[in-house]
Amino acid sequence: MEERRINVVVNGEPKSVDVEPRLLLVHFLREVLGLTGTHIGCDTTNCGVCTVLFDGLPVKSCTMFAVMADGHEVTTVEGLGLPSELHPIQEGFREEHGLQCGFCTPGMMMASKALLDENPNPTEEDIRWALAGNLCRCTGYQNIVKSVLWAAEKLRSEAAMSR
Amino acid sequence: MYPSRFHYEAPRTLDEALDLLQAYGDEAKVLAGGQSLIPLIKLRFAAPAAIIDINNISGLDYHEEDSDGSLYVGALCRHRTLERSPLLRSKHPTMSATAPLISDPMVRSRGTLVGSLCHADPQGDWASVMLALGGEIIARSTGGERVIPVSQFVVGPFQNALQPGEIAVRARVPAPRGTRSGTYLKLERRVGDFATVGLAVALETSGGTINRAGLALTGVGPSNIQCTAAEQALAGKTLNASTIDQAARLAAEAAQPKTDVRGSAEFKRHVVYTFVTRALSNPQARAA
Repeated sequence: MEERRINVVVNGEPKSVDVEPRLLLVHFLREVLGLTGTHIGCDTTNCGVCTVLFDGLPVKSCTMFAVMADGHEVTTVEGLGLPSELHPIQEGFREEHGLQCGFCTPGMMMASKALLDENPNPTEEDIRWALAGNLCRCTGYQNIVKSVLWAAEKLRSEAAMSR
Repeated sequence: MYPSRFHYEAPRTLDEALDLLQAYGDEAKVLAGGQSLIPLIKLRFAAPAAIIDINNISGLDYHEEDSDGSLYVGALCRHRTLERSPLLRSKHPTMSATAPLISDPMVRSRGTLVGSLCHADPQGDWASVMLALGGEIIARSTGGERVIPVSQFVVGPFQNALQPGEIAVRARVPAPRGTRSGTYLKLERRVGDFATVGLAVALETSGGTINRAGLALTGVGPSNIQCTAAEQALAGKTLNASTIDQAARLAAEAAQPKTDVRGSAEFKRHVVYTFVTRALSNPQARAA
């Protein structure tokens, strides 16, 4: 079986692992590294639950091979915050009831992270465009949008205080 | 694991990639953004013996104009870059209108314009845009480069004109004769769906007279359709209610829509008429 050594920084930690080229990035994260926060939903590049950040940009980890991450940085929902120290985006989803079943939430939060990194002061419309590739079957999106607005405000006030 | 086994190659230079492609022949697939190829491989609709990943080759992720005003888009230029491009926003309105309407933000982070043209999905948006703009693909092999007009590059559904051993290294949009205007209108059931109807309009005008008109349709035929009769009817004219109506009727006649889950053939033809009218009445018009 052909394997290749890949060096990937995942949530800030360097990993050096031999993988088969056909291994998908999402399976690498979940099954090799045990980072099961990244979900698998549709498997057909539609639903966005497997969204992670690849060198800071949102990508669908079911639509990349793990070998393509060699030499790159991946951030999963585990890299966002800790249960004891939630990221403002995670807090926002809790405060504004941005989830019901929670299945789409990791992808929603990573897509939101990419948005807020680029645009700290998004309008509701900006948020809806940024989350256009993330499907939720529970909430009707309203509370998800509110969650991201909440997070944006929190992040801005944190940034203002640290200035 | 869903994909079948393949050899993976990650060349660092284009020459290395071309040698590999030569060696593997038509057993190999070139991987750029992978947003069409990887889903096909996962479903095992495609099972290439080898994948040549060109993402590690430097010098392919660019879009720039040369001194004569031609625009070049490199094989690794992502939709995301085009969506945010000040150059496109100021000088290439049809392309600038299209980029944000390609699939969704995650797909746009990875997917490329050139790869999308190579994939030749009959519902693909960029092929219509390139047809309207008179765009070309530059293919390179170990023997050198050749230029293929997009009208001859997309030869059928999921079929392009590349020969074994060739890589599409960049797309070219020729400099306009006069001032560019235009847009891309796309009716989709929801974000990320393929176009129910897409229309690319690219005009080149001098003092109100149309030097060149490009109109092409997405989603209403077995492939992207260039509306040649409508283009010819507009050339040399100015835009007014009568020329707009004529072009819209000719474009609607050129459409070959089929009734499916996205709507009836009659409805889609009507949308073509409406889109052409809207786009020509206000060439800065944005998404449907």
